[in-house]
Parts: sequence; structure tokens; C-alpha cells
Amino acid sequence: MTSAGDDLAGNGQLMRVAQRTGKRISITIDGREIGATAGDSVLAAVLTHGRQLRELEFGGSPRAGFCLMGACQDCWVWLETGGRIRACTTLVADGMAIRTSGSP
Amino acid sequence: MMTLATTRVVIIGAGPAGIRAAETLAQAGLRPILVDEGRLPGGQGYRRPSAGLALDMDALLGTQAAKYRALHARFAELAPAIDYRPETLAWAVHEGTLHVARDGAAATLPFDALLIAAGAADRVFPVKGWTLPGVFTLGGAQVILKDQGCLIGRRMVFLGSSPLLSLAALQYRQFGADVAAICDTTPLREKLLAAPALAPAAATALRGLGYLARLRRDGVPMFSGTTPLAIEGRDHVEAVRFRLGDGEERVIACDAVAFGYGLKPETQLAELAGARFGYDPVFRLWGPNLDADGRARPGLYLAGDCAAIGGADAAEASGTLAALALLADLGGEVTHRERRDMPRLRREVARYRSFQKGLARAFAWPGSRGATAIADEVELCRCENVTAGDIRAAIAADLGPVDVNRVKAITRCGMGRCQGRMCGPALQEIAAAASARPLAEVGRLRGQAPVKPLAIGSAAAPA
Ligand SMILES: Cc1cc2nc3c(=O)[nH]c(=O)nc-3n(C[C@H](O)[C@H](O)[C@H](O)COP(=O)(O)OP(=O)(O)OC[C@H]3O[C@@H](n4cnc5c(N)ncnc54)[C@H](O)[C@@H]3O)c2cc1C
Ligand code: FES
Repeated sequence: MTSAGDDLAGNGQLMRVAQRTGKRISITIDGREIGATAGDSVLAAVLTHGRQLRELEFGGSPRAGFCLMGACQDCWVWLETGGRIRACTTLVADGMAIRTSGSP
Repeated sequence: MMTLATTRVVIIGAGPAGIRAAETLAQAGLRPILVDEGRLPGGQGYRRPSAGLALDMDALLGTQAAKYRALHARFAELAPAIDYRPETLAWAVHEGTLHVARDGAAATLPFDALLIAAGAADRVFPVKGWTLPGVFTLGGAQVILKDQGCLIGRRMVFLGSSPLLSLAALQYRQFGADVAAICDTTPLREKLLAAPALAPAAATALRGLGYLARLRRDGVPMFSGTTPLAIEGRDHVEAVRFRLGDGEERVIACDAVAFGYGLKPETQLAELAGARFGYDPVFRLWGPNLDADGRARPGLYLAGDCAAIGGADAAEASGTLAALALLADLGGEVTHRERRDMPRLRREVARYRSFQKGLARAFAWPGSRGATAIADEVELCRCENVTAGDIRAAIAADLGPVDVNRVKAITRCGMGRCQGRMCGPALQEIAAAASARPLAEVGRLRGQAPVKPLAIGSAAAPA
């Protein structure tokens, strides 16, 4: 499991510049276990570790959200359980299993 | 007759406009319901950091910090006197009832009067590569910083035309971002021509000039009159290619792009509630027809950026004003406060909005010339991958007058999950340019319920 400190240096799309004091929780992204903090949006948790959220159903191009405010709907990610959530407005929950390519 | 105590008023949006409206109604003895999709009150400009995030808002907001604090203090004081419902999406309005959803559970809110303060969203214009991971809206770049304490990348280009380009670039630099360039598409000459229109809010205009001076002093590369050619990269952003006013091409390496051409009012709910719309040739957009106080029709009031783009100060003033209008209409007679405050608020709102019109001239939207230049292969619809060429082909094949709603029905552009919020303005430009007709004549994309996809409890969400 990676620690929050990795995010500052990390190789994700987003760069974390302010730390969170919330409870540490664990989620998985494409099966890899990742540390997150309560209060992180799913989008921030995924994109501080990687560069894509999903592949477009129409042609498969990689996507990573766009408006970051719930307007464009470009950030709906799949959960391993088969549901989909809007990553920019949904907070991470302990044990959440996210997948960023294909569909379950 | 309705009495104040039994009148059911619903406000949509807990930004500066909605908070001021709720405060005014509560002071008059009403207990309005205030619904907002967000987890915290404050709206976009005065968004609060999410719980547990160590972010120095005073440093981030600078001269605006006092207003931000004042608004949140007002809300804290007001909260017990109203029925505040966060994380509640308003998704339809039908015959005196607002349809809302929270945590996947739907509910209905019957109302006697509805006050919509739903704000705005970034207005964007397609460029090759704009769907790559790493391209975000300019407003979004500010949201993720305030909400999550994250920057959109490490080295970014601010691209488009908006006064918020330089503000956001400064805020990003403050947090250690390497701002590779600011590429404004409006030529300096056009900005100077628009200067007289900025007089109504000279202080704001000067603040904007101050931002530019600081960026210049810090050596941030700034270009104006640029034409964006492409955002390049294989699986994510690697560079921005653009042309300078003199024809020279430049490529700037970066890992993120913040992209925007000003704001566009969020009007879908107002439309469902029966507001009528008119074409605004300065913004090249359709906006709700309102009187000076924000009345759209009996029982329907609009305030803040969803009524007309005006910024946070206009949002506060117009929120109070619309609520006073609502009270005057309910009471049947004009109270002392209404007589005293309404004329001043009308003047203030008008002044801020005319300043925003000046800004819309100084930070030009690419318009029909820009639309003609979009190559056929560029995606216009991000949701379903419809290209500019698909739109042009549909228009060429279809006989009869071009109407954007017909183009939408044929190509599905504007029908995807964003409901035309991202593609709409550019779709209208491309349809007008491709059919050689004035923008006002190709019509306006009509809104539909649900105005945003309903998040049905994550486990049960359909594919
Ligand atoms: C993404 C973005 C970032 C911005 N950042 C800045 C900034 O940093 N500084 C600045 O000065 N200005 C900024 N602005 C400009 C901003 O529009 C104004 O400053 C100001 O916030 C407008 O106030 P308002 O009350 O009209 O709307 P807003 O503050 O936008 O508030 C509208 C509220 O309505 C809610 N809402 C909308 N639709 C629904 C619905 N269907 N159901 C339930 N709730 C809904 C939203 O959640 C939001 O809380 C930004 C605008 C945007 C779009
Ligand atoms: S990024 Fe636009 S809705 Fe999430």
C-alpha cells in the first residue's frame, strides 16, 4: 500500500499540494491496493496515482474527467461490483474497488 | 390568500445568490427549502475546502477572502432558520413540483414559488485533442484545488479566453505549479477596444491588470491573439500547439491544460419551469428573459450567474433582489425594506452585469470564424464521440431549415449524458456556420429532464 506522501511526488495526473487530516482508508484501483484519505473524491484518489479514469464506450479512448464539477459526466467510473459512480463528486469509501479500463 | 408562514418557497443552489435569497426570505419570516447538489454550501466561486483539507483559503483568495468568509458566516447564522438540503440534486420541475434526488432516493417538493440560483459552467470550444486525459476546464482547475487540494498537473498551459485564466494561473503558481504558458485567444487590440465597457467596475478591471503584471514580473510566458491548433499526446497531454498572431507556430510541452472561454448560465431547470429565452448577441448565447428583479414568470425567480453572468458580487445582490421581489409579489404591498433596498440593488446588479458584457467583449468567444476552422475530425461531442464533420455532413444531407434540435436528433450531439452542456455553444456555432445562417436563427438546444443523470445507488446503477 502506498502512503499519502507518495502522492506529492507520485506520477499521477494530479499533484496534491495540501494534505488531508482525515481517516486513512484503503481502496483498490484495477486490483492494486492504494491508500486514500476520507474526504478524497474518487477522481482525486485515482488521478493522483494514474492518468485515466475510464475508456469511452464509443471508440475506447482514455478519459480522465473534464469539468471537475459534476457537469460533463466524463468521469463515471466502474466499480468491480458492476455499478458506476461519478468520480468527481463521489467520495472514496473504505474497500471501494475501482476499475479504470474496460467494463466489469 | 397565501400567508407568509404557509408559503412554500424552494431555492435551488446554495452559492452566493441562493444564500442571500434564503437569508432575505428567512428575515421576512419564511422558512425556505434550499437544495444544493454539493456537500457544502458556497457554490463555485466561494467553494469551501472539503473536510480535513489543510488549505490556506486566505492566501488562495487574496482580496476576495473577506467576502468568502462573510458569506460562510452568514450561512452558518442562517442555517437553523431554513430547511437546507445538501447533496440533493434538483432534476426536474413539473407543474408546481420540484423533483429531487438524494443518495439515489427520489422525492418531490411542491412549491408556491421557485427561486433558481443554479450558477454557471465553463463555456468551452473544441480543439483537436481536447478529450485527452489532462485537459480540464479552467473552472474545474480551480475547483479541484479548493475542493481536493490538488493541481491538475505539474506543468500546465492555461488556454482560451477568460479573465479567470490569469487568476487561476496565479493561484496555481502559489502552490508550486510550473505555468508553462498562458495562451489567450483574444488579440490585445480587441481587448483595448473593449476597455471603455469595463468602466462600470473599474476596481475589478484594475485587479485583473494587477494579476497580469504579477505574472509578467514572474516571467510567465503570455501570448495573446493565439489560435489553438491541437493538444497533443498519445494517452495524455504532452504539449499544446498554437499559432501566434503573426502566423508563427509554437509547441509548448506540458502535462495538463486548463481550458475555457468564460461561463455559460445553467438554464435547464429554468426552462423546465417555464422561463422564456432570448438571444444575447454579446455572449452569443440564449438566456432567460427576466425583468430587472429576476422575475421569469409568475412564481418563478432567477438570480446569480444562472440568470445572467455577473460574478459573485452580482450573485449576492441579485439573490437579495429576487427574494425581495418574491416577497413583494406575495405580500401584495411593498414593505419599507423593499422600497429602500430594491432600487439600489437593481442598479448594482445592472452595473455588474454590464461589466461582464464588457469582459465578454474583451475575452472573445471564437464564434463563427472559430467554428469554421474546426477540422472535420475533431470531436465535438465528448459523450458519444460525434465529430464536427458528422455535424456538417448531417446538415449537408438534410433538406429544410437548419435547426440545432434537428441536428441533435440526427447526430445525437447534445443528447449525451452532459445534455449539451459541453458541446452546445460550439454545436450552435458550427450549425450556423455550416448553413451560412445567423446564430440566432438556428435555434436553441432544448433542455430535458432529468437535467443531470441520476446517481442511482451505486450498486444498482445501470450500465
Ligand atoms: C467551475 C467554476 C469555478 C469558478 N471559480 C471561481 C473562482 O475561483 N473565483 C470567482 O470569483 N468566481 C469563480 N467562478 C464564477 C462563479 O460563477 C461566481 O463567482 C459565483 O459563484 C456565482 O454565484 P451563483 O450563486 O450564481 O452560483 P454558484 O456559486 O455557481 O452556485 C450555484 C449552486 O447551485 C447548485 N446547483 C446547480 N444546479 C443544481 C441542481 N440541478 N440541483 C441542485 N443544486 C444545483 C450548485 O451545486 C452550486 O452550489 C467559477 C465558476 C465556475 C462554473
Ligand atoms: S469531471 Fe465532469 S462530471 Fe465529473
